[in-house]
Amino acid sequence: MFEQITFFVIAAIILVFSVLTVTSRKILRSAVYLLFVLIATAVLYFMLNYNFLAAVQLTVYAGGIVVLIIFSILLTSHISERAVMAPLKQSLLSALATLAGATLVLMVILGFNFVPNTTPVADQTIREIGLALVSYQRDGFALPFEVISILLLAAMIGAIVVAKKEKLILPGKKEMIENTENNSEQ
Amino acid sequence: MIQNVPLSYVLIVSTLMFFIGIYGFLTRRNLITMLMSVELILNSVNINFVAFNRYLYPQAFQGHFFAMIVIAIAAAEAAVAIAIIINIYRNFRSIDVENVDQMKF
Repeated sequence: MFEQITFFVIAAIILVFSVLTVTSRKILRSAVYLLFVLIATAVLYFMLNYNFLAAVQLTVYAGGIVVLIIFSILLTSHISERAVMAPLKQSLLSALATLAGATLVLMVILGFNFVPNTTPVADQTIREIGLALVSYQRDGFALPFEVISILLLAAMIGAIVVAKKEKLILPGKKEMIENTENNSEQ
Repeated sequence: MIQNVPLSYVLIVSTLMFFIGIYGFLTRRNLITMLMSVELILNSVNINFVAFNRYLYPQAFQGHFFAMIVIAIAAAEAAVAIAIIINIYRNFRSIDVENVDQMKF
């Protein structure tokens, strides 16, 4: 009973703050609402007994990505700036399309009878998770682990290269670069 | 699994979150808020993986690890996207999709 009530509270928090994230006119506020959604999701993982995943969710999503987003909001827009939304007609059409999609998916989900599996839960301590992550046997995840580490390295290098200030003056690009320098001086 | 909460309740929450994210992606005009909508979508998919893992295959790990990998990919995607957005801001002085209409610098 207690768990049921907690679940409904968490579900309500997730849904209300998701709606606020996409409708709030102040960008910084919607980033904070996104933070609430991510923390509520971590609580959901805790309730499902995935403690390690919930900790990862809290550190990477709530601690890393939201802080990154807030920094970039502060770099690119004024605090008092109000977000421009799509025209009314387009908003209505998008709302209609998403409502139709949600209705369709919900009808399929509610029409299907999921039979919960009652076999005992696998032991999911940090030790088990770590061993599974580097194991190359059956039910091991060494390959995805290596692939994701290469992807993270590539993303890191890519982010540095893209965000770096351009210093090279290529032939034909000189005028452009001087213009941007003038702009930044103003 | 959560006592007295069937799997479909969790799936309803994640479905609604997914479509709220899509609505935000369609109506927002600011690149950073569009990125935030994508994060909502990825997060709802994670909830699905984890719930299926816990309710239907509690003896397995797959959904759990897939959710972890999706989190890592979301972090990489956010880093690259924000680098691109800051570069766009440097060139156009705006991050509204309406103003960013040329890809050549």
